[in-house]
Parts: sequence; C-alpha cells; structure tokens
Amino acid sequence: MGILPLHAGRWLLCLATVLAIGLLAVACGSDDESETTDGAATSPAAGSASGAASAKTTVIGFLYVGAVDDGGYNQAAYQGQLAVEKLPNVKAIKAENVPESAEAERVMEQMIQQGATIIFPTSFGHLDPAIKVGEKYPNVTFLHQGGLKTAKNVGTYFGASWEANYLAGIAAGKATKSNKLGYVVAFPISQTLLNINAFELGAKSVNAAATTTVVFTANWCDPAKISESVKNLKAQGVDVLNQHQDCPGAGIQAAEKAGMFSVGYHVDGSKLAPNGWLTAATWDWAKLFVDLVNQVRGGTYKVSQVRLSMADGAVKLAPFGKAVPKDVRDQIAATQAKLLSGQLQIFAGPIKDQSGAERIAAGAKQPEVTSLEQMNYLVEGVIGKIPN
Amino acid sequence: MSFVTAVSAGAVRAGTSVMYASLGEVIAQRAGITNLGVEGCMLAGACAAYIVAAETGSPYLGIIAAFAAGGLFAMLHAFLVVTRGANQLASGLALMFLGLGMTAFFGRPYVKVQITPLRDYAIPGLSDLPYLGSVLFHHDVLTYAVFPLAGLLWWFVFRSRWGVMLRAVGESTESAFAVGLHPARIQYAAVTFGGALAGLGGAQISLAYAATWVENLTQGRGFIAVALVIFAMWNPLRAMVGALLFGGAVALQLQLQARGVGVSPLLLDMTPYLLTIVVLLVWAQRGRDAFPAGLTKVFRGTG
Repeated sequence: MGILPLHAGRWLLCLATVLAIGLLAVACGSDDESETTDGAATSPAAGSASGAASAKTTVIGFLYVGAVDDGGYNQAAYQGQLAVEKLPNVKAIKAENVPESAEAERVMEQMIQQGATIIFPTSFGHLDPAIKVGEKYPNVTFLHQGGLKTAKNVGTYFGASWEANYLAGIAAGKATKSNKLGYVVAFPISQTLLNINAFELGAKSVNAAATTTVVFTANWCDPAKISESVKNLKAQGVDVLNQHQDCPGAGIQAAEKAGMFSVGYHVDGSKLAPNGWLTAATWDWAKLFVDLVNQVRGGTYKVSQVRLSMADGAVKLAPFGKAVPKDVRDQIAATQAKLLSGQLQIFAGPIKDQSGAERIAAGAKQPEVTSLEQMNYLVEGVIGKIPN
Repeated sequence: MSFVTAVSAGAVRAGTSVMYASLGEVIAQRAGITNLGVEGCMLAGACAAYIVAAETGSPYLGIIAAFAAGGLFAMLHAFLVVTRGANQLASGLALMFLGLGMTAFFGRPYVKVQITPLRDYAIPGLSDLPYLGSVLFHHDVLTYAVFPLAGLLWWFVFRSRWGVMLRAVGESTESAFAVGLHPARIQYAAVTFGGALAGLGGAQISLAYAATWVENLTQGRGFIAVALVIFAMWNPLRAMVGALLFGGAVALQLQLQARGVGVSPLLLDMTPYLLTIVVLLVWAQRGRDAFPAGLTKVFRGTG
C-alpha cells in the first residue's frame, strides 16, 4: 500500500517492454523472409524479364487478414507466396492478421519502406487501403485478391470458386436425406452470394426438392459461432453443411459430430470428417502468382481484373470423401467436363431470385464474370435474408 | 426441436464460456481490482488447454492446464497492481495484448493439430425430460460444472465468512487492514482465482464448444464478461443470468436465421453491451450501492 504513482509508471514501462518482447517474438516467429540470392540471371518462367530487371532482387509483400495456417483462405494464398519465393532474386515479406482498416495502409507502407515493389493484399477488405497507398506510391504494383475495382497501379485477381461449389452442390443434393442443405457464411459479399447460389443450383440440378439455408456469422473466423450455427442448422433438420469462412475447420468438425455431411472451402479438410466429408472448392494460386510477378518484373503487366476458372486450374475440387458414391463421382466428372468445355453455363437464364423475379432472362447467356461478381441476390431455393 | 428449446439450448452452449469469465471477474472486482485482461486470461486458458490436450491426449488434463494458465496470467496483473501499484486499466489492457500475442505464438504449431474434445454426456433419466433435457442435460463437464459454481460463489460472497473478508477488502483496504486482515493476500487470491475461472471459460471453447485452436479464438468474449459484471452488479447469480442472456442473443439470431427469418447479426451482437447500458441507466442508484468502493482506485493500483 501507499506506493508512489512514480513506481506505477516505472513498472508499467517494464510491462510494456515485456509486451514488446512478446510481440517481437511473435513477429519473428511468423516472419520468415526468404531470400534467394543465387546468381541466375533469369528464371525460365521469367521469359521477357531479362538482364538488369531480374538481376536485382524484387521485394514482394504479402498481407493476410488471418494466420497463414488457418486451414483455409489464408493458407491457400500462402501456398501461392511459397511458390513465388522459389523464383530467383525474389524476397518475400509477409504480414499476418492485418485488419481490413487503415492498419493495412501502415503495413503496406512499411513494406514499401523495406523496398517492396509488388504487394499482394489478399483479403477482400484490403482493397481500399491498397488503392489509397497506391496513390502515394505510383511505382509499386498492387495485386489484390478478389477486388471488384481497379486503380492505376492496383489490379485484381480471383477465381470462380462458384464453379466448384456448383459441383459440390451435386454431391450435396445427392447425399441429403432431408433435402435441407445449410451454408454458414461470414458476410454477404457478392462472391459469397455467388457461391451460395451456385451450390443451390448444383443441388437442384440433381434434386429438385433441395433447399439451402444460409446463416451469416458477421465474422471471418469465429470458430465458436460457426459451431453454434451448425448446431442451429442441425436443429432445423439440415444434414449437409457448406461454408464460406476463412477457417472452416471448426464447422467441419461440428458437422461431423452431429452426423452431417460436410463441404469444405479453400483447402482439403477431409481429415476432419472421415465419415461425412463430401468435397470442397479449393484454390491453387501458385501458377497465377508466379505469372503475375513475372509480368510485373518484366514490365508487361497491365492493370486488369484477372479471373481464373476451373479450366485454368486455379480452382479445384478437393478429393471426394467416402460419402460420395461412384455413380455420383462419375456424374460430377461428366458435369465438370461440360463446364470446362463451356457446354454448361451455371448462370445461364432463366435464373430467378428468392421472390421469384427473373434476374437473368430465359434464354440469356451467362453474364460476364465481372457482372456476375456484382450479384446481390439469392436464387430461388435459398432460405435466408441478406442482412443490410 | 421447438424454437424455444433450440434457443435455450443454444443460450447454455454459447453462454458457458462467458459465464466462467464473468464469475471470475465478479470475484476479482469484489476484492476491489478490475481486470480488463480477462480476454488474455481466457486465451491463455484456451491455448494451454488445447496444447496439453494435444500433447497428452486427455482433454481433462487440458482443463487443469487452463485453470493454471489463466490463474498465472491474472497473477501477473495482481503483482503489477497490488504489489507495484500500477494503473489497473493499463495493466489489464497490457495483459490482454500479451495474452493475444503469446497464445498466437505458442499456439501456432497446434492450429493444424486435432484433439480429442470433451465428450457430451447425456444424464440418464434427466436427458429425456421434455425441454429441460435438451437444454440442460446434453453437455460437457465444464458446462455442467458452471451452474453449481455460480450458486457456490453466490453463497461464498454473501453467506460465508470469507465472503465478508473479500467484500471488506473490496470496500476499503485500510479498514480491512485495521481489523487484522491481509488485504494484499486476499486481493492476490481473488484476482488469481478470477483469472483461473476465465481460463476455464477459454478451455470450454477450445476443448468442447469449438474443439479447435485458432489465433484470437475467444473473439472478444472476455470483454463481454467484463461488461456483464456491471450488468450483474457484482452478484454471481446475476452474472449467470447475464451470460445466459448473452448466449441467448447469439443463439436467437442464429436460430432465426436457420429458420429463414432475416435479422441483422450485427444488431444482435450488440445485445450484451446494450443490456449493460440499460442496466446502468435504469438501476444507476442500486448499482452504486453494490459497487465495491475499492474499484475507484483503478488509476493507482490499490494505493
């Protein structure tokens, strides 16, 4: 008792130091900056990037909204970073848990101070911060994952995960006994709505009675809330779960425990659900990331919205679980072939929304990807409202 | 399952972790110490529990680890605040950030590891009761334990001799010292025990509810627990009710969505804070009576 406030200050300083050391340890633990110093002038893939341009080390920054081993979205993007690191004369810097706020601007500026000339802001909400920073540093190229707009030096890339979700919908529509599918998602962004709609359309293509109930958690990764959502869906008789979450692991386990079937997302989660695993829409960013980096280094990159599909290999279907029988696998393979050849268009008209209004007219072709990505409605057969 | 049953069962599931943390904070604040680092203690408990469960294969050893980790973490707060007279708010917040950083670091190798989660036990006879069976008697041991604990802590605070000592210290360390108590010891014990309970709350998430470990697993539930202490007016049984209301709000919005009724999840996420504000407005005077006077010393430790 009776201790002077002076002491308080001093001890607080001590605590702050401990804290700083703790944070530093975390930073050191997660920041593996790999540098390739081998003297090779060009990589075979670098092609046009010859001589001086590629002899210099290119510093590339990667921003992740979560941890790179989340068994989901960030892990998939990190696999792309690892592929980029294998290029000669590339140094990668990564920052995890970067919020979708002004904090992202500071992280990007720090990376630029460290010499970064290419930055991959990989989360949806990193786009506006990237555009802001981009205005200040016109010589830095930003390659944003999933963005719906571009700026002078900010381009975007993404993949049609909804194609894989359409195929997963076939597996789900065949597997369900109650004809009730569930989709636990984070936020109502258009890419999420596309996934949900494609999943329902896929299910309905093989099971006219199949409906998809959507639950929004308003958080990219809250495992406890995801588990609770699964239990609430189960209570309503839902027996197949799909998710649009950054960390779908907890949901897959909760579904397995409840005796439900499970469709994963981002990465293969079959180990978490030995009985109920169906499949998942997964990413393979390696080739695209390497191509983009080579283009920027070679000076051939033009700001654009790159959109890859299953045909490009950027979106894949995870291996099937034992809950998917042979005939269904064959049917999915056949549908996939039609999809890749362009014979099948998922969003060809007529597409009706929940109110029954026709959003894509009968006979109309599937809209362009950029216009599909503006989707702001749920299709007929999806239960649940888009929160505003 | 009926709507009321589904929401009630969800309230118990979603409320348990917050209830542990809130009960712990009631005890700490009854001793006159505010610990804003509850979130850090929960994370320490959740992470330690998961690591131990992964290494030993026993989630029950994980529970013990969580109790110890949460307690040790809070003891750091007690040291700074009680022994060194540090600002309670600053120390608590620092503890929260430390917990976030440390668990992210030590937990990283375990993100991909699966554990054997705590089992749900259906209590024979009781689990088949209509309504109550589904709501109360299909849970893991940590959920079963929290309700008797709330009652026990109520008895402890208001009916036991130790409770009188605890409350005396919380009102005025000087007077407590004058009647021959050791205020510092009691405050250490209360803060440490409070952190240990928060650790159990974290463990309930990592070992049972979500059965998983990711960085920042608790997602702010520790702060909800602190808000609930004010709502509860430092009464363990009211803290229990508050935690169930919070859990109910979570379950309500998810159940409404699962039934296709649109509600904004963002709106319902505000529920615990709105409840606290309402309580502050309506019961301001009564709240002042229940308020442990020692809490006014937050800026200079226990001074």
